[in-house]
Amino acid sequence: MTVSGAKGNGEAGEERPDDGTPLLVVRDLVVHHGQLRALDAISLRVFPGEVYAIIGANGAGKSTLLRTIAGLHHPTTGSVRFDGKDVTALRPERRATQGIVLVPEGRRLFGSLSVQENLQVGATYARPGPWTIDRVYETFDWMRERRGQLTAQLSGGEQQTVAIGRALVANPRMLLLDELSLGLAPVVVQRIYGMLAQILASGLTVLLVEQDVSQALRVASHIHCLLEGRTTLEGRPADVTADQVEAAYFGLAGAAPADQPGEGSEP
Amino acid sequence: MSLATETTARHAESFRVTRSRRNVAWTGAGALIIVVVLALFPYIVYSGTTAILVQAFIVLTLASMWNLLAGYAGLVSVGQQAFVGLGAYFVLILAIHGTSPFAALPVAAIGCGVAALPLWWLVSRLRTGYFAIATWVLAATVMLIIEKFSSIGGGTGMPLPGLSGLSPTLLTAYTYWAGLAVTVAALVVIYLLLRGRLGLVLTAVRDDEVAARSSGSRVGLARMLVFVVAGAGCGAAGGVLAISQLQVQPSAVFSVQWTAEMAFATIIGGLGTIEGPIIGTVVYIVLQQALASYNAWYLIILGLVAIFVALFARRGLWGLVDEHLHVRLFPVGYWLRTTGPEGRRRR
Amino acid sequence: MAWVNAIIQGVLIGGLYALFACGLSLMFGVMKVVNLAHGDLAVVAGYVAIGVIAVIHIPVLLSFVIVVPLMALVGYALQRTILQGALDRSVLTTLLVTFGLSVVIENGLLQFFTANSRGIGAGLALESDSFSLGSQIQIGYLPVVIFAVAVVVLLGLQYFLSRSKYGRLIRAVADDKEAAQLAGADYRHVFGIAAGIAFGTVALAGIAYGMYSQLDPTAGTDTILLFAFAAVVIGGLGSLWGTLLGGVILGVAQEIGAQINISDEVLAGFIVFLVVLAVRPQGLISRGAQS
Repeated sequence: MTVSGAKGNGEAGEERPDDGTPLLVVRDLVVHHGQLRALDAISLRVFPGEVYAIIGANGAGKSTLLRTIAGLHHPTTGSVRFDGKDVTALRPERRATQGIVLVPEGRRLFGSLSVQENLQVGATYARPGPWTIDRVYETFDWMRERRGQLTAQLSGGEQQTVAIGRALVANPRMLLLDELSLGLAPVVVQRIYGMLAQILASGLTVLLVEQDVSQALRVASHIHCLLEGRTTLEGRPADVTADQVEAAYFGLAGAAPADQPGEGSEP
Repeated sequence: MSLATETTARHAESFRVTRSRRNVAWTGAGALIIVVVLALFPYIVYSGTTAILVQAFIVLTLASMWNLLAGYAGLVSVGQQAFVGLGAYFVLILAIHGTSPFAALPVAAIGCGVAALPLWWLVSRLRTGYFAIATWVLAATVMLIIEKFSSIGGGTGMPLPGLSGLSPTLLTAYTYWAGLAVTVAALVVIYLLLRGRLGLVLTAVRDDEVAARSSGSRVGLARMLVFVVAGAGCGAAGGVLAISQLQVQPSAVFSVQWTAEMAFATIIGGLGTIEGPIIGTVVYIVLQQALASYNAWYLIILGLVAIFVALFARRGLWGLVDEHLHVRLFPVGYWLRTTGPEGRRRR
Repeated sequence: MAWVNAIIQGVLIGGLYALFACGLSLMFGVMKVVNLAHGDLAVVAGYVAIGVIAVIHIPVLLSFVIVVPLMALVGYALQRTILQGALDRSVLTTLLVTFGLSVVIENGLLQFFTANSRGIGAGLALESDSFSLGSQIQIGYLPVVIFAVAVVVLLGLQYFLSRSKYGRLIRAVADDKEAAQLAGADYRHVFGIAAGIAFGTVALAGIAYGMYSQLDPTAGTDTILLFAFAAVVIGGLGSLWGTLLGGVILGVAQEIGAQINISDEVLAGFIVFLVVLAVRPQGLISRGAQS
């Protein structure tokens, strides 16, 4: 049961910020890791300009969901539609040029390349748009001076910003952020999320995965909670209580799992 | 009860781990019969046939060793010809000093096993691809060093002494039996090794090396043991080679062609199964006999088939059989039987 | 003075070895593939050059212009098809496939060209003439030219890798091919380019080798692959200029070995290789550890 009383796929009955056409539609996504079912018929919709946060405990399937949307995993069944087009079969690099850009978990910078070179690689297949390497340097003011440094030598927080910058210069339409806060000091995390506002100002849509629930609730315009690969909660932060979130997060008694379209009964 | 514990409890009763299916006793009996029949061949068939079979024995031993290295331990060695040559030269040296070449065979095997230790120390730290070339360089180096000793024939080689007292029939028979004995010994050793602790460690490593190491398995030791056994096995085969050719020439016994043959036979037959090399050797011998008059063609065709198999039929010919019949002649794994809806699943 | 001549000769031949080695090193650095057929490709390039020259009667130097780009294209194609297929399966499979290719190529060459060795002769004075430094040192023009070409190629490769768009992509893909995909790069295409460069440089080296010495079907492994690998190990895995140093050391070791005993030339080189392997496996210029 989702907060708004509607089904887990976010259909009729919910108010969404831009009630026009969704930018991203994920329908009944089932993803396996070998024989393990990591995602169990997940559906969601992200509208332009939203900050859509996916929360959940470790192993809930959050990163898998993001990576599948980005093209790094193949779903067993289900579909991903971006801007009206079915991208389910598209390779990750093609999705990036379509405008879906993922900042992966753990930053994954090119360690033997400098800051500048990382950004240059990010810009190689960039779409036209407002973000340039210069603009990234303006947004993150420490970067220009240290642009010749190898990224392997940067601190965690600095690496995270370079990773975001690398994604931005590709001029994405939808930015996927996977566990920004991982391994970073809270102060650093605050600062990075603070910059998120600037990023959003340029018209980006953001889909993020975050283990830190309070952080997610602070920045998100819509949250979606996963537990063991299934949706347990969905709705606007304003509309959920802390108890409901906690119940959904941990799968406690009292949080009935969401009805999944096509799914049968409860476990 | 939480979701997790409920699930585990429900499934716990439906797993059963068994060593093998019912056929291993039959296989053991069958293998014994085959060996006995083969042992009788010198009395039954022409010497031309036994000569081909000796060659088959050599290739089968080599292929089984290469399979142990690459299929089970993940060590792709392109330098096993070093041990083939060393084995041949061990036999030669002992024969020069009066020992019967046949009696020299076990010494050759042990000697090569010992020689494998310093070689392992040199190359064990290298990553897979570089390990492969390094073994090749080692083999080339060993050959160059041996060629410097004119007392054992130098660069041109020399005939193998100590066999002139035997009549041709007897010589053929003894050579044949020596080849058969070496092959049987090799297969038995491999089977026993893989069925025991070593097999477990190697399988664990094959699945997930990091996990295997962190759970305490002595991965490095296991690999070294495999390298030593493979060295000994190839050495024994090299000894049989020397006897069957009645001479030892460095360019012949140290040729990389031996690695090509053992690798291709294993790949085509099925890498990572004990039965694979047997099938692969059969294919190899058949091809070689069929194309004997076309020089290097059999190697070209063998190579192309091996490439094709490696790309498209990863588990080789035996893998195709196994998939459809679920048969293992030499069971070294485990069967996991579930009684749930997912049916039987092989480990 | 024979020693000084030998050492100079060794240094110069080191350039050729570095040229053999840089493609091997590049393919391993980018795709983690050790192409066991690497040396055989050099020999193939040499034979193709011989064939092309025989058929169209062009000058030898022009054969470079035809064969090297041709081999680069073959490299791209082979990588996108067979090698990528093998890579998708496992490292083991690529080794098996490239080993298979090596055997097939060598035996194929044996079938069609026999075991006789051939040289690529241009009839140029360049090839046999030499100049003198002082009264006792003779240096052949050809080895000097080859060394110069090797240095130029290495410089070009370094510039390409550090400054160009594709050079950056190659380095990025080598670091993290998945992250490169997320940035919009098709890593299979980048792999193809790296393979093309590797095949091109080794083709260049092969034709040069055919001019300097003789080609025969087994030279691909006996000489080229093993020497290239020895140069890479001595000089340090992952360093372009280290490969040149490794090649030079190998060449000098071989020449000194030959001075001691003419038949010990190759052995001397391998012994130096083994010593380095035993003592300092990451080579003399290390860049990152062994596994």
